[in-house]
Order: sequence, then C-alpha cells, then structure tokens
Amino acid sequence: MSKKPTIELRTSPHAHAGDDVIRIMRNVVYALVPISLFTIWQFGLSALALLIVVTVTCLLSERLFNRLSETPSSLGDWSATITGLLLALTLPPGFPLWMGAVAGFIAIALGKALFGGLGMNAMNPALIGRAFVQAAFPVAITTWTPAFFEGRFSQFVPTTLTPPFLQPPALADWVETVKVDAFSGATPLALQKFEGVQIDILDMLLGTTAGSAGETSALLILICGLYLAARKMLDWRIPLMVMLGAAATAGIFFLIDPARYPDPLFVLCSGGLMLGAWFMASDMVGSPVTPLGVIIYGLMIGIITVIIRLFGGLTEGVMYAILLGNAATPLIDQITQPRVFGEQRTGK
Amino acid sequence: MGLLNLLFGLKSFTHGIHPPYHKDTADKPIRRLAFPSQLVLPLDQHIGKPAIPLVKKGQEVVRGEPIAKADGNFSVPLHAPATGRVRDLELMPTPKGPKSTAIVLDVYEGSTQEVLWNQPREMSELSREEILQAIQDSGMVGLGGAAFPSHMKLTIPPDKQVDTLIVNGCECEPYLTCDHRIMLEYPKALIRGIRYAMQASATTQAIIGIEDNKMDAAEVLRNNVSKGSAIRVEVVETKYPQGSEKMLIKSLLNREVPTGGLPADVGVVVNNVGTLAFLGQLLPLGQGLIERVITVAGPGIVKPGNYLVPLGTPVRHILEQAGYEGSRTEFILGGPMMGPAVSAMDTPITKGTSGLLVLNEPSIEDESQRIWPCIRCARCVKACPMHLNPSMLGLLAAKRKYDEMAQDYHLNDCFECGCCSYVCPSNIPLVQYFRISKAINREQAA
Repeated sequence: MSKKPTIELRTSPHAHAGDDVIRIMRNVVYALVPISLFTIWQFGLSALALLIVVTVTCLLSERLFNRLSETPSSLGDWSATITGLLLALTLPPGFPLWMGAVAGFIAIALGKALFGGLGMNAMNPALIGRAFVQAAFPVAITTWTPAFFEGRFSQFVPTTLTPPFLQPPALADWVETVKVDAFSGATPLALQKFEGVQIDILDMLLGTTAGSAGETSALLILICGLYLAARKMLDWRIPLMVMLGAAATAGIFFLIDPARYPDPLFVLCSGGLMLGAWFMASDMVGSPVTPLGVIIYGLMIGIITVIIRLFGGLTEGVMYAILLGNAATPLIDQITQPRVFGEQRTGK
Repeated sequence: MGLLNLLFGLKSFTHGIHPPYHKDTADKPIRRLAFPSQLVLPLDQHIGKPAIPLVKKGQEVVRGEPIAKADGNFSVPLHAPATGRVRDLELMPTPKGPKSTAIVLDVYEGSTQEVLWNQPREMSELSREEILQAIQDSGMVGLGGAAFPSHMKLTIPPDKQVDTLIVNGCECEPYLTCDHRIMLEYPKALIRGIRYAMQASATTQAIIGIEDNKMDAAEVLRNNVSKGSAIRVEVVETKYPQGSEKMLIKSLLNREVPTGGLPADVGVVVNNVGTLAFLGQLLPLGQGLIERVITVAGPGIVKPGNYLVPLGTPVRHILEQAGYEGSRTEFILGGPMMGPAVSAMDTPITKGTSGLLVLNEPSIEDESQRIWPCIRCARCVKACPMHLNPSMLGLLAAKRKYDEMAQDYHLNDCFECGCCSYVCPSNIPLVQYFRISKAINREQAA
C-alpha cells in the first residue's frame, strides 16, 4: 500500500469483447483493397484516378459537414473511406472524374450527413451517390471501357479527364486505337439483355469483361466478402439470401423459357450483384437487426434485382433493389421482432 | 455453436457470449485469511426485510451467536462471524451502493474463533416445515450473488407442482472459481445439502448442472452419487450467462420460464452449489452462516486465490492480505459481468459476495471507451439470452421512452446480464440504460 490508487467507479459489465466500430470499418476497407487493386490492374490509370478522386471527395465532404455541424472529425472512423471506395467501384472505370467528385459529395451530403452521420443514415450513402449520377449523367454512366486494354498504365481513358460541366467524348474511335478485339461497348448484362449474347461464366468469375470498376470479378468479391464474414464483421446471411433470392427468381424464369432468360449462374456472376450483395446490402446501418428480418431483406433484394433486370428498362437493378431494401428495413424490423424467451404468443 | 452442440450433445441455451474466462484460480485450494480486527455486518445482506438487531453497543458476542433476528418470513437472521465486542450500530457502505445500518464488531484478537454456538440435530427426523425453519434460522441466502433467502426459495407455493431441484454449479462469470473449489473440496457436504433441499422442496430428482470447463468437479461429484440415485450430474456448455436460472433450466430441461414467471412455474427450483454445500455443513450442526468462500483475483492482485472469509470482512483487509498493485484500479465485488464496483474500502464482504476482483481497465476517458452511434450491427440482438432487441431498446432509452420499452419491447424480461454492453462495438452502455429505465418505470409505478 505504498501508492494510493485511483479508484475507478463504473457500472457492470467490467469487460468488453474488444471489437469497436473503427476496427470493423477498417476491416471493411481491408476487404475492399484487393478489389480496388484488381480494378486498377484491369483498367489502369483511369480506375486509379477515379478511386482516388471519389474517395478524397467523400473524405473532404465528411470533414466539411463535421465543421458545419460542429462535431468532432469523423474521418477516423473509416466510414467515409468505405463510402468513397464502394462508390468508385460501382462507377464505369472511364467515368469523368468531375462527375465522380459530384457523386462523392452527394453520397456524403444527401446519403449520410443529412441524416446525422454514421449510423443515422437510412440508406447506403454510396448508392445514393450512384443513384444521383445515374439520373444526372445517363450517358457517362453507361459508357464502358474494355478490360485489359493496351497502354492502360500509360494513358487515361479519354472520358476520364473530361473538364468539369462538360459531357464526355464518345469512345468508339479510341477503342479502335487500343486494339481490343470485338469490344461492343456493352457489359455482359447488356449483351444478354439486348442482343441475346451470353458471355462465358468463367470470364465473369475472373473479371475479364467490361463493367463498373469493381464489379467484374465475381470470384474476387466473393473471397473478400468471405473474409469479412469469417471475421464476423458482416452478416453472411444477407449476401447468401440476396444470391438465393436472385438465383431462385432467375431459375424460375430460366426453366420457363431457357432461350429467352439467362441461367441463374449468369445472373449471380454478372453486373453488380456480388458487390451489392457482399458489400452494400450487408451494410449494417441499412439492414434489419432481427434474424427473420435479415432473411426477408436479403431475399427481397435478390428478387427485385432480377425482376428489374428481366423486365425493367435498365440492365442492372441491384442498386435500386438495395435502396428499396434499405427503405423497407424499419418496417421489416418492426414486423419481425423475435419471440422473447418465455413469451407465449397467442393468435398472431 | 448450435451445430457444435448438436454434434457433441452439449446442453445449452441459445445466444449468450464467450468472454475470456480467466479461471486462473481454479487450482487454488480454499484457504482461510487472517481475521480482520473489525467486521462490518449490514442488516440487509439479503433480499427482503432487513434483520432486527439483537445486540447493543458494547455487548460481547461469541462466534456463531445470533446477533440479529429475521423480521418476519421474508427475512433471515444474522450471526456473529467472530468472537468480539459490538462497537456500535452505524451507517456503513455496502456493496449495493447506498449506506445502510450495520453492526460493527471489534474482533478479539487471540480468542479461539471456534464456533462455540451450535445446536446439533438429527436431520432425518425433521419434517418439511422444520427443515425450512432450520434453513431460515441458519441465515442462509443464495450465495451465488442474488442473496435471496433460501427458505423462501425452497418454499413451493401450494398452487405449483415442482419436480426437479436444479443445483447450479455453472459459475459462468469470468474469474470466479469459488463454486468450482467448493464442488471439488466439499462434495459430501454439497450432496447432503442437496438432500436437505430436496426434502424441503419435496422434489423427486436433482440435477447438478456444471459447465464443461469444470470437468474435474463433475467427475468428483459423479463419484459421490451412487448409481440410480435421484441426484445426477449433467455437463452443459461453457457460456455466459449459463448460470442464470432461466438459462440453466432451458439448457438442462428445455423448459422456458414464462415471462414474468418463476422457475416454480415450470416445476423447478434452482439453488447454487455454494448455498447447498454450506447448508449441508451447517444444518446438522445447527449453526448459522458466518463465513463464505470468495475468489480474490484479477490482474491487480498479487496473491490470487479462493479464500474463506468471515462475513463482514472489509475489502481493505482482503487487499492487504492478498496484496494488490496498479495505479488505476477498479474494485469489483462479484464477477466482472454483473458485479458492482466499490467506492469505499470499508465496504464489507456480505452473504451475496462471490468475489473481489481488481481490474486495471482502460480509463473511462480513454479513446477506446468512446461511445459511437449505433451502427445496427445486431451483435446485441444475437447475444441477448432473452432474445430481446437491445439495439431498439437502447435507441428508445436515449429518447426516454421508458413506457414503450416496457410495453412493446419487453424491457422487464431483461435480467441485466450485460451481454449487450459486452459485445457492443459502439460502446453503448446498453444494460446500464436498461437498469436506469427499469428503475424509472418502477418509481413511476410506485
């Protein structure tokens, strides 16, 4: 009893699992790094520039709203970094940088800060940003770049450097110059939908096809998602249910008319389904907390995605399906309250 | 875990958590500490009405002698834990928080400290009522922490049918090993106590539930019950809060205590191993409860162990004997999940105190303790053994919608195990919110 101790008083529990928000968010960033690197390898300088510009815009916007709302900086919680990376990964690799910056600002401003920051947002901020630019720049967001084009590490895709407030140039001439055989400028989904051409599944798994920056290698996304699931930083039931819902719905139509509708495996590996299922639908903030709610939510997203793909005007429906799922989350939570231990439910 | 339990046949409940158990004192035999020079004996060491003092200032008492009597049926008496002289009746700090009246006893150094006061009796001749009376006279309460009078617990309401006595040997709180040691060292007394409790509650079978991190205790007890006996030992999964009555009943018998109900509603009465072992020892001798086993452990303790200490021993004395270090320290009575932190070194060990832990947790001001917004990760929902929605309850508590919490989200089913706060990555003090919310609701109802 040499030194008098400082007694600390606090209420139980006096133990903690040790995981905190920062660690979870940091691990999501870790999981996104391989996908981002693969994208850069696929699409070169343009993809790298897009990732940097969008992410930095998100971080700067986050800081701006910290200042405006007089709250301490929330850059350290990594959530704005995740929003930036995810958003960049959903955009075409040759997306004009200034439009990417707009998307990043909107994602944080309308998707997150407006609701009160981390944890308060009703919907996935990255998808809010993407939905905005989809409506604002319909041409740019459907202008695709071939993967692995020659000279991708020494030159930008011409559209990347479009000056602010101008529309990007057409890419057809430039595609000729980078010597890509038979590039039609369409994603596997668009080819299937409008021209009835089905891309080989293996190509889509490995990511040699055209598409948004981060959505081309289904296999890589799956591995990165499984990493998070294994670390229990992601509820594996959500992506599983999304994939199940999508595959089942697609399967029904495929069985009815295999000539007209794509097979379920194609549906799973194409477009943004994998990225959406593993990294966006599973976003904790916008998804239900109840065990049954998680299943309903996942299935709903999967089903709506396929319905939009097959019958909507758009080739890809993951984004709107997830946003709808986010919107339905409070309701789903409310109607799926778990049965409490010892509770006798009668006639419900 | 559900699948593992299915494959390996370990009985358990759903949800709950697996904190690091730190059962480092499990191999430390129960030892006596030197007597302190002063004992502090609060009159309200149990749930129910405080005991009525029988002694006056300056009176000499003999170890084991009753010094306070039960106030009616929902109360228990108190016995002198040491030979000495009553200094006074004073307001003293207690583990519960607010100060309450306590008999302060100056211990005679050099007196024999043998228990001189006793009334041996033949237990097999006693009727059910007489056993219950004997249990009340012994001052016994639940030693697992609840401090609920044991005779009340073993009194089965006339409209209830009870068939099983569950003996709770789970000790699911991290650090604590006193029950584990009692099972290893006093198996005969424990089995005797189980028989008395079965007699008192007229149950036909008894199941001793032990977590699978105490297989040696299960082995010892199995060797002490004969084949075909009404007492059997069952091993359950090591998981917090396995030792909660409702969870253990679910694990062992797959019966769910209904909302707002008691174990008796599903035909069960639950008692802690420590309680029954002491009953087995005290009842035949007609002695009162004057000491208990506590686990003294934690990173700040120099000589951790399981110690038999007289009731009323101040925290200060135990720390002096066991030695402690650390500049910033939390002193916790009981386990880290549910035990209260003490502010005063004069706070005594009472009947319901199962341990004294000294932890060196990061300071409350530390960045790692920062409270983040809820990110709806649902970890609390997956941890809550009562299958509540702590995430929603926490949001409602922050909005002070206490009525809604109780009416729509089953706040009153929360038994404050702390799993939600333990897992929360945002450090939201969920169970702390719920305690306050329940207290406010109780106040408004009154």
